[in-house]
Amino acid sequence: MNTPIRRLSWLAAMLFALLLIASTWIQSFGAPGLNERPGNRRTLLASYNVERGQILLDGNPIARSVPNNSEVKYQRVYSQPQLYSHLTGYQSFIYGTGGGIESAMDATLSGRDDNLFYRRFTDQIMGRTPTGASVELTINAAVQKAADEALGNQRGAVVALDPTSGAILAMVSHPNYNPSQLASQADGVSTKAWKDLNADSTQPLQNRAISRLYPPGSAYKVVTAAAALDSGKWTKDSTLPGPAQLKLPLSTSTMANSNRQACGPDDKVTFLVALQNSCNTAFGWLGMQLGADTMRSTSEKFGFNQQLDVPMTSAASVFPAEIDQPGLALGGIGQGNVQSTPLQMAMVAAAVANKGEVMKPFMVEAVRAADLSELSRTKPEVLSRAMKESTATQLNEMMQAVVTNGTGTRAAIPGVQVAGKTGTAEHGKGQAPHAWFIGFAPANDPKVAVAVVVEDGGRAGTDAYGGAVAGPISKAVMEAALR
Amino acid sequence: MTAVTSVAPKRGRNVELALLMLAIGIIVVAYINVELALHGSLPPDLLYLVGGVAGVALIFHLVLRWRASYADPLILPIAVLLNGMGLVMIHRLDIAAGRSITGGLAFKQLTWTVIGVVIALTVLITLRDHRVLRRYTYTAALGALILLLLPLVPGLGKSAYGSRIWISVGGFSFQPAEIAKILLAIFFAGYLVQTRDVLSLAGRKVLGITFPRMRDLGPILFAWLISIAILVFETDLGTSLLLFGLFVSMLYVATERVSWIAIGLTLTAAGAYVAYLLFGHVQRRVLCWLDPFSPEGVDQCGQITTGLMGMASGGLLGHGLGQGRPWLTPLPESDYIFPSFGEEIGLVGVFALLLLYVLLVERGMRTAIGLRDGFGKLLAAGLAFVIALQVFVVVGGVTRVIPLTGLTLPFLSYGGSSLLTNWTLIALLLRISDHARRPVPDVDPADISSDTPTEVVKVA
Repeated sequence: MNTPIRRLSWLAAMLFALLLIASTWIQSFGAPGLNERPGNRRTLLASYNVERGQILLDGNPIARSVPNNSEVKYQRVYSQPQLYSHLTGYQSFIYGTGGGIESAMDATLSGRDDNLFYRRFTDQIMGRTPTGASVELTINAAVQKAADEALGNQRGAVVALDPTSGAILAMVSHPNYNPSQLASQADGVSTKAWKDLNADSTQPLQNRAISRLYPPGSAYKVVTAAAALDSGKWTKDSTLPGPAQLKLPLSTSTMANSNRQACGPDDKVTFLVALQNSCNTAFGWLGMQLGADTMRSTSEKFGFNQQLDVPMTSAASVFPAEIDQPGLALGGIGQGNVQSTPLQMAMVAAAVANKGEVMKPFMVEAVRAADLSELSRTKPEVLSRAMKESTATQLNEMMQAVVTNGTGTRAAIPGVQVAGKTGTAEHGKGQAPHAWFIGFAPANDPKVAVAVVVEDGGRAGTDAYGGAVAGPISKAVMEAALR
Repeated sequence: MTAVTSVAPKRGRNVELALLMLAIGIIVVAYINVELALHGSLPPDLLYLVGGVAGVALIFHLVLRWRASYADPLILPIAVLLNGMGLVMIHRLDIAAGRSITGGLAFKQLTWTVIGVVIALTVLITLRDHRVLRRYTYTAALGALILLLLPLVPGLGKSAYGSRIWISVGGFSFQPAEIAKILLAIFFAGYLVQTRDVLSLAGRKVLGITFPRMRDLGPILFAWLISIAILVFETDLGTSLLLFGLFVSMLYVATERVSWIAIGLTLTAAGAYVAYLLFGHVQRRVLCWLDPFSPEGVDQCGQITTGLMGMASGGLLGHGLGQGRPWLTPLPESDYIFPSFGEEIGLVGVFALLLLYVLLVERGMRTAIGLRDGFGKLLAAGLAFVIALQVFVVVGGVTRVIPLTGLTLPFLSYGGSSLLTNWTLIALLLRISDHARRPVPDVDPADISSDTPTEVVKVA
């Protein structure tokens, strides 16, 4: 019987070997993945026992951790919780981190990031209390405040970028919420807030600026125009057909201009005037002329169809993979299946402003240690070239005409040359259209690019026109940025 | 010839004493570690505790010197160390849960430890020769059957954590299946030693493997049916797996025929598959095994995922005893005591614990090889393998090697029935190993009746 007993011992040894391998995997190679899993209470509790890094704006903390007299050593405090809710996000004892920098930069703020390894190591050797690193944002407090006030109680979003670097100067999403309530360690406060926020049909927890997809409407005509000018077949002075109605192929429906009239005498209109007055039929025709491949590749060069980490991950704006001729006509004017985040439309404006180059948008300017020494700084990066420089020059001029003589006069700023494009996006029968404005200023030396969307026409409701509702908001934001 | 017999055979009792001191030292350091981490001071009851644990271990050691002086010197220190480490962890979890010393689980566990040791010593003192147990082959079978059925008796059995494997008498809860595993090992050993010839020789060859005759399949089918019955009526996957695994492995040792393993694995697979199809709780276990982080798994697999996260947070070296958060995992002192250790003493620590089990199992197997009688060989191999299997089922369950089933980790987990059984098991192993290591076999009527009479050759 000794042979089978020896074999049985080997079997037992192999069973134990399996256990050793599994334990090794879980506690070494697999551990980082498990530690970073959402809902890991241990990681969350550990993060409350080190002083979490601050979120800074021009050196002032908008989120910081203060010592607590309870079992949990620190309490997160937000200085202007509503104004910055979608930037900071929240750190909740029960629900973890979410909603903004708090979750996107969690590893850095809590000091767990691999890049902070050396620092952590020296902290231990030197006997310093380990702390998380602080995150300095690119947000400009004045611009953020102006955007927040101008949008007021209307639902929608505002994004302001520095077109030459991609730095995000302001990001506002309304309705917002109060992250201090979610961070509260008092009995029941955070659970009640969490329940209310999730039950709210207006979705205050969603950052509309990067997470919600809207039909961009006529604001998208900038992309169509870039594709057309880049093709070399047209210039800003070319003549385009601009009838009152454009018959769509493969269907019985037609496309009309918003005033039900032709865009110019003899149903013809110059390219510049077509953009200036937002002539639907001309851009619908252009969309079909350019074709699916050109329209899609131009859109993707602007950043469509890809997610961006700013560092919060944005939804990918959509130019459809499959699109037919009527779809292209609708797509040419930003309707149909074309959808965009407000951030993406701000990038469209910024690309024109930056002579055709799209900069990668970012919100973290620098990471700092507890003593405020700089650990790393974000370098601006080119995301792609959306159009030729000559195209950008022409488009700049055309967008100036929109604000000077066209649909966007409400965005004009005295003494500053503003370029822009309005949009009034239909999104379902019987519903008030979304009001859009994208633009940049000063046109000759752009310092700020802006996208504004106001859902369902905001206070104007069904009478809304993009220029009238969103234009003044853009004006307020640009003024704050240029001041 | 004379040169060989004149060498004094090694008893190993002094080695055992030294290892016992080492084990007690480790336990005391671990206990001080917990107290310093959680209370910041040395425990006031330290001397009593050290004295108590050392006293119990020392008495055990002295009884071995008296009654089983050739017993394997590693088995007792390993059991003491595992039992002690379990006590330290349970005490640490008591503090975390705010339970007082006397009202805590550690105190109960300590009581059970003392009872377990007393029973083990009784076995060692009264049972002078393990071959006596062979006379009780069928009594053991009957006892095991009754114990296994007890939880189903109305008024006596009770359900907990989804399984009906407990009986409750006068406020005490007990898992009779734990004790059944020793009785079944005795029964299997006695039965197989009688029937091994017919089971191993008769049969028909198919594809190079000799398969048994249909009528010889009876016992294995019977064992399989009992396992299935436990699974169906008591919904206890772990015990079912353990008992069937024990039987198949002992059958293999007795017959040396691979076909039994093939039949056993096929039956297990078939039974498991049918159970998967029929029972929601089995489906849930499989889901939590394969994909606990899937959207549908997240709600149901909280225990397994928090256990994994606990082990992960421990990393290589652990947080240190008393400095992790093992209480975040449900059942941290019983089924999930392994992740609790993983969190606090790290990968290094759980390696040490697993290697202790490896050593224990290996000493048992060595005992089986060293023996001369078939019954003892089968019993020792069965008892050693059942430890290995139980550790595998528990630790494999929490580390996602196999689906989680829910058994106690021998000596470490909180649980009275488990401790009693495992101390008894250790006493049997010690008794058998004493016999195996004794240099000149006693000539003994029982030996003549065993199946290897040709080995008793006396020269001059």
